[in-house]
Amino acid sequence: MDWPLELPPPLLTDEPMYKLILCWRYLSTRYIALASVISVTLGVATMIVVNSVMSGFAHEMKDRIHGILSDVIFESHGTGFDDPEYHMDRIRDVAGDYIAGMTPTVHVPAMLTFEYSGKSYTRPVTLIGIDEKTQGQASDFGKYLLHPGNREKMSFELRDGGFDTADRQDGAPAGGRSALGEAGWSYRRWCVERKKAFDAEHPQRVEPPEPSGNLVPDGSESTAGLNDREVMLTSGEEEADSEEPAGHPTSMAADPFQPQAETFDPAKEQHTGLVLGVALSNFRDESGQEQFLLLPGDDVRLTFPNAANPPGAATDWFTIVDLYESKMSEYDSTFVFVPIQELQKLRGTLNPQTNIGDANSIQIRLKDERDAELVRDKLRQSFAMQLYSVSTWRDKQGPLLAAVQMETSILNILLFLIIAVAGFGILAIFFMIVIEKTRDIGVLKALGASGRGIMGIFLSYGLSLGMVGSGVGMVLGLMFVTNINQIAKGLSWLTGHEVFDPSIYYFYKIPTIIEPWTVTWIVCGAMLIAVMASVLPARRAARLHPVEALRYE
Amino acid sequence: MSETKSAALRTPRRRSESAVPHVPTAPDAAVQLKSQGLTKTYRKGGVPIPVLRGVDVEVRRGEFLAIIGQSGSGKSTLLHILATLDAPDSGEVHYEGRRIDNLPHGQRDRVRNGQIGMIFQFYHLLPELTALENVLSPLMISSSILGYWRRRREYTDRAKELLNVVGLGHRLKHRPRELSGGEMQRAAIARALISGPQVLLADEPTGNLDRGTGQEILQILGRLNRERQLTIVMVTHDMAIAERADRVVRLVEGRAERSKL
Repeated sequence: MDWPLELPPPLLTDEPMYKLILCWRYLSTRYIALASVISVTLGVATMIVVNSVMSGFAHEMKDRIHGILSDVIFESHGTGFDDPEYHMDRIRDVAGDYIAGMTPTVHVPAMLTFEYSGKSYTRPVTLIGIDEKTQGQASDFGKYLLHPGNREKMSFELRDGGFDTADRQDGAPAGGRSALGEAGWSYRRWCVERKKAFDAEHPQRVEPPEPSGNLVPDGSESTAGLNDREVMLTSGEEEADSEEPAGHPTSMAADPFQPQAETFDPAKEQHTGLVLGVALSNFRDESGQEQFLLLPGDDVRLTFPNAANPPGAATDWFTIVDLYESKMSEYDSTFVFVPIQELQKLRGTLNPQTNIGDANSIQIRLKDERDAELVRDKLRQSFAMQLYSVSTWRDKQGPLLAAVQMETSILNILLFLIIAVAGFGILAIFFMIVIEKTRDIGVLKALGASGRGIMGIFLSYGLSLGMVGSGVGMVLGLMFVTNINQIAKGLSWLTGHEVFDPSIYYFYKIPTIIEPWTVTWIVCGAMLIAVMASVLPARRAARLHPVEALRYE
Repeated sequence: MSETKSAALRTPRRRSESAVPHVPTAPDAAVQLKSQGLTKTYRKGGVPIPVLRGVDVEVRRGEFLAIIGQSGSGKSTLLHILATLDAPDSGEVHYEGRRIDNLPHGQRDRVRNGQIGMIFQFYHLLPELTALENVLSPLMISSSILGYWRRRREYTDRAKELLNVVGLGHRLKHRPRELSGGEMQRAAIARALISGPQVLLADEPTGNLDRGTGQEILQILGRLNRERQLTIVMVTHDMAIAERADRVVRLVEGRAERSKL
């Protein structure tokens, strides 16, 4: 027999009344059907949580990467190019309309050496010579400095106090950086005082003021080290402040000021300024607290290759004037910034007459960062690509961002499959309900209900279940996302180990972004699946022969 | 079922308990529902079982007709075909002079919804709805949400009135499972009448009730037939019940015969 399948009427007001009331009654009496949408609920909630966290991470990472890198980076394949001004003029000729700011930089690998508690430390770093006047125009470099004054206007002069004592990030433990409170000139002077007092107390340890003091007598050095370690052990449980006085005098007490004692007064003067990546200056103890080895005001030594062929080593003293914190651990633990002219001078590329030195990259900031690809292509056409490479910040960190993107897509596919599986659950339950309701369907048809109307009941039933399931899922998911940090904390407390370790990710809070469109798509998709799962049972109900349905026992 | 059969033997004769004297419908009243040469064959395991072999029935306006036959004689099938719930293999059904068995689905649905009411042996109330809502269900089927909302008061009043007529005015909010068999059949009668049909088709309306309750239901049907000039076609296998009707048609071997009555 022919039971044509007709489309439901377009307007809600055209829907017959019984559809509404029966749909509602079935919904409020069939709890098993509600149980069948629990998997939809969970699927929707999980998808919302995963998407929010993933896009939070991706956004945070993009932000940080882009903050450090300028929009377009113009580099030399070789060790560098001379006269960056000339190159910048040529770049301006090609794409001047798009460019908001440019700055030349010099990147060289270097070794950072410093002493703490009489022990010397060496760290491999990337030394970047920057022009402090134009650097701010080309990237967000200034935003990541820890002194508010430097954030406003970058300077390689050591400032007196005023460094941020708290991590600027939300959720960071307060007072985690109290050590930074006295950093600056006062700290530097205090170090000098401390050293003098120490020398006076231990006259036998005062080193002979030898200009060639590179060969420090072994014995005195190691006893000083041991002594200090004992001091550290006794006060080790205290916060960072109490540790600093114990540690620093000797780091100051070592060589640095001796050779130039006559001409250089460390209490009043500084070496060339240097900005140090924050992860180079400290380490995290077991409780996640930062323990500072170096503070603004301390002196360090840098060794790096000069521009000769083959390169020799150039070494000089620098004074830390600020710390740099981008929250990208890769950058924070390798980057060291110094004034570009000083670096050029030390490397021997600065022409004394013209005062122009080599650079090996030019950072370009655009008026609109969306033009990055365009500008890159223009520059690639007008410069010889054998000598130069031009890339956007996305090109530089493309694989990382693409990896996050791919992870998100794969997770989405997997989670959507979970909802699809839930759809089959709904399908099965609906078939059961249609079979259970066979006689009622016959009755409705005997009373004049159309096949289309019967189908409508089950379709709207499926839609309602989908709405309930995905609605509850949405609420659960959004609640989870907004309270994710408390939940993480609770889980940590419950399981006894850190779920989200700030020392790995460098943020204290799980970053989340709720994108309304993503949520809408997820919810609509789940509802669609619920409706689609109810189509087959609804068709079966619509095609039931009324007489056979009435006879059904 | 068996209970009704034995009960039939003890059924008190005639319709003397009705206060209003019964006036049999004039034989010249217009034919309201008519079947011509209806045939219907079921197949069971490939073997054709002819149920109806050319049934001709005429029901006049205001008539109370009983169709009697043994189990499996095709009484219910005939009733379903008259109600357009089932389609005959051949033959025609006419309602008010218009052929209705070959109408499109939508129009047949409307005939069932508004013109021909039906009651069943097993009452067939919807278990999720209260008695009142069950009575209202044909109106819910025929009207849109908005239209129903606008006239809900009028509809509810009409349903309550009908429930009073069948003597169920005190159990409006009860679900079918909280009602007795007789009460359910009363609600079913009210439901069949809510949209004001001309004809009521009753399929063994007392088949599942004890004798006393069955009598009550039959009284209600008789009263409706007399007072509202409602045309009733009742199917039963019980002669004693069929005697309530003005006229009895016997279904024998798939054909209608005038009963001896």
